[in-house]
Amino acid sequence: MIKKKFEIKNLTVGYNKKTVIHDLNLDIYQNEVLAIIGPANSGKSSLLRCLNRMTDFNTEVNVSGTVLLDGENIYEDEDSTFLRRRVGMVSPLPVGLPMTIKENVTYAPRMAGCKDQRELDFIMEDCLKKAALWDEVKDRLNGLATKLSGGQQQRLTIARALSHHPEVLCLDEFSIAIDPVTTMKIESVLHELKKSITIVMVTNVISQAKRLGDRTAMMLNGKILDLDQNDKIFGGHTKDSRTKDYIEGLFG
Amino acid sequence: MFKPSIHLLNKEIRENNFKGALSIMTFFLFLPALIIMFWLFIKGLPVLSLDFLLQDPIRGMTAGGIFPTIVGTFWLVIISVLVSCPLGVLAALYLSEYAADGRTTRIIRLAILNLAGVPSIVHALFGLGAFVLFLRMGTSILAASFTLAVMNLPVIITSTLESLKAVPHSFREASWNVGASKLQTIRHIVLPNSFPGILTGLVFAVGRSAGETAAILFTGVAFYLPFLPQSVFDQCMSLSMHLFTISTQVVGVPEAYPYATALVLILLILSINSISVLLRSYFRTRRKW
Repeated sequence: MIKKKFEIKNLTVGYNKKTVIHDLNLDIYQNEVLAIIGPANSGKSSLLRCLNRMTDFNTEVNVSGTVLLDGENIYEDEDSTFLRRRVGMVSPLPVGLPMTIKENVTYAPRMAGCKDQRELDFIMEDCLKKAALWDEVKDRLNGLATKLSGGQQQRLTIARALSHHPEVLCLDEFSIAIDPVTTMKIESVLHELKKSITIVMVTNVISQAKRLGDRTAMMLNGKILDLDQNDKIFGGHTKDSRTKDYIEGLFG
Repeated sequence: MFKPSIHLLNKEIRENNFKGALSIMTFFLFLPALIIMFWLFIKGLPVLSLDFLLQDPIRGMTAGGIFPTIVGTFWLVIISVLVSCPLGVLAALYLSEYAADGRTTRIIRLAILNLAGVPSIVHALFGLGAFVLFLRMGTSILAASFTLAVMNLPVIITSTLESLKAVPHSFREASWNVGASKLQTIRHIVLPNSFPGILTGLVFAVGRSAGETAAILFTGVAFYLPFLPQSVFDQCMSLSMHLFTISTQVVGVPEAYPYATALVLILLILSINSISVLLRSYFRTRRKW
């Protein structure tokens, strides 16, 4: 039987008085790639941010409902830093922290208390290779990360997200700053990663959802309109006709 | 084909005019500072010597040097900065990184901003009431430094808040995202990147303390003292106060003396400022985004 990694029950999220996610229920299985598509303002990013409680840092956000990670409610603990080590996140815009490339990639393990230089070096090389960035930066690891190009910084962000070995990786439109060739490289890496971790990705590129996802969820106005295996969703067997229209580019 | 149209030409002329106006403005802004410095050098330099710096004032302050005032200013500045820096930076950190953005926080911020605009003589009266009388420090270096610190706190808090705000929110999110705690994020991301700005505010405060007269008038500074302060509970003399005294209160002071005193005060503040500029540019080259 497939293990449930995340169980989301009756999740409602609001900013001030505006509700962006309405009573959402969703299961995310272990080692699957769940793609989330949908037009702008449909609550995709908010849903992701609930998974690692980035919502904690915004006092205007109200979250109610339960989110279970491996059967435990992630909103029960007062401190959410440990949760964020288990659930990594890549934001849509690249963020190279103003330190060296090496310091960027080893930031997470260093913050977790790792001081062993050899282990840090190993993590750095491993993660940079996974993010398809190693060849471009291996000669200037002590250079400033902010000097990298936008696409390189985005891959650095991905490398950083992998550096703390998360069990779940949330990707919020990771490819908008990257060229197609590099995107394909990273996608193949994600395909490889899928064996060991669970991936939730929000994407506006429908073909990407089709290529990478095992299942795809279609969100609209804070609700999940459709959720099914990729062959059903993209095979024209959608439960809601609006999903089909969106995929075919008729609306949205 | 590439000949500019009349409209484009006009636009170019307007552009140049505007640029010219701006540079003239900048020049006029710079001019007073230049003239003041020039004048002080012309008038004060003849008297300025090592003796002037290292001797006590004698003959009713009409001769001798200004050594005790330099010592006094030094003490006042050091102690006030030691008090106001940690307090101000920590308060700003709390307001910016921890406090929820609610009504109370906004009122507190507004109050701080208003406090920065309160005239220093009001701070002096507060210092007189709170430190000299209520806390029984007497008129002393300590009371005067505390008054200066209170006066500088809102400035330091406001400038620190601004520099903290200048660190992009995405940096904090990136740090939280990989499981760094709030404190770690402040320590490794927020503070290092806002440090140049915070430093600027602090140095500005130091300059203000060094030049301030009113706030220390009732709280710890004497017209003239025949001895150097032995402890923080003694009174002291100060450069700014001395400048006021010898230019308006004492008869028979040589004309060059106030100029030389002012020159010393300005050079002191200038050197502090240039140290901060150097430090800032050093940190800027290391961290840039």
